[in-house]
Amino acid sequence: MIEYILTFILFTLGLYAILIKRNLIKIIIGLSIMEYSMNVFLILVGYKNGATIPVFTSLTEPRPDAMVDPVVQAMILTLVVMSLAVTFLLITIAMRIYDKYGTYDIRELNKLKG
Amino acid sequence: MIQIQIILVFMIIAAAIAIGTADLLGSVVAIGAVGLGLSIVFLLLQSPDLAILQLVVEILSLVIIIRAVGIKDKVNVRERRFIATTISIILMGIFLTFANIALLEIPGFGTPIMKIGSEYLKNGFVQTGVPNIVSAIILDYRAFDMLAQVSIAFASIIAVLMIIRKKVYKEKQ
Amino acid sequence: MIKKPEQGMTIIVKTITRYTVVLILLFGIYFIMNGHLVHGGGFAGGIIVALSYMHVMLAFGKEVAMKRITDKTIQFLVGLGSLSFLILGILGMTKGYFMYNFFRTPGVDYIGKPFSLFSSGIMPLMNLAICLAVASGFFSVFLALIFYRLSEDKK
Repeated sequence: MIEYILTFILFTLGLYAILIKRNLIKIIIGLSIMEYSMNVFLILVGYKNGATIPVFTSLTEPRPDAMVDPVVQAMILTLVVMSLAVTFLLITIAMRIYDKYGTYDIRELNKLKG
Repeated sequence: MIQIQIILVFMIIAAAIAIGTADLLGSVVAIGAVGLGLSIVFLLLQSPDLAILQLVVEILSLVIIIRAVGIKDKVNVRERRFIATTISIILMGIFLTFANIALLEIPGFGTPIMKIGSEYLKNGFVQTGVPNIVSAIILDYRAFDMLAQVSIAFASIIAVLMIIRKKVYKEKQ
Repeated sequence: MIKKPEQGMTIIVKTITRYTVVLILLFGIYFIMNGHLVHGGGFAGGIIVALSYMHVMLAFGKEVAMKRITDKTIQFLVGLGSLSFLILGILGMTKGYFMYNFFRTPGVDYIGKPFSLFSSGIMPLMNLAICLAVASGFFSVFLALIFYRLSEDKK
């Protein structure tokens, strides 16, 4: 049970960065921390005591009972690359904002003219 | 397992350093430490596919974020804001309370409910001929997920190139 | 490439890069080809291939690396990777339904001989398509961020 509570604390740290910080890079870092904590939580749910990796090694002696849950791993595999693409997009938008306003501070972004 | 708790505490300390420090480059290096700790957690929880992928993705995203941070940014003033901080801490307390209540519903650590996963493990090797069950799920049973994900990655790459390209086009005129 | 000291990093970095970049590329290709037998797969292998090209570009400078691979090639490869994955799915409709594994003979277990490299139908081809899309796409993002000049860089 302690592992679950530690992942919740990690999620809360990312939430703090998004709510309080005023630098765009710090906000992107907070979003990354929230994604990490969610990955750890999903992979903790699928763990089985004393089990091994879900890869078969021989035809004669298969042991499907002593393997961890493979569905959770497949879902996280599609999620990690997705978060990388989202990070790229956010970094690009932040660099364009720096080009226009000259700073990463979100209090300066108050001009509504195109 | 005591190893996972130790590495999770290390990740929490590194995340706190990444959020709290005043130097932007230092915070990017600290977020790299969080990602490498996550890779070791994946390896300890019997999923080496994800460990390899997380290690490689961490290096790539570190290179890209350092490109954006390598600019001198002078705005680094620390200040105290009591009202916003208080409201945020109340929100985080509400989140932690409800998360701990929801923790009573899910099964404990080490005893999962594997309704779909046990079926895949029982029949997957015979039906597809792939020893790696994770590959069998993402490429055969759930191939629509993979098609959607390749299209999402393609769309995000096109969006990045479009946002960057506007500046170059304006300079040529 | 090593004769131009004004571009890129020092001569120690350039010499070590010439020997190690081939090993990194081989490591990525090993992950792609064995993705259905052991750990790895299209995503990890594709990102490792993209990282090897970035290694060359960081060590030798922009102009030397862009002689080897042009932007027309990268544009072609990004489209080819995503499109070949879709074509593999549509080819399954000749035998059954969308995304059907058309090397499978009905009623027989184990597509191909198990634990061999050329087994399990279209899954190695799918890994290859994913690798093409991911590697060329992320490398093109890296190129765009390198060639983009911020307003502070010009001063």
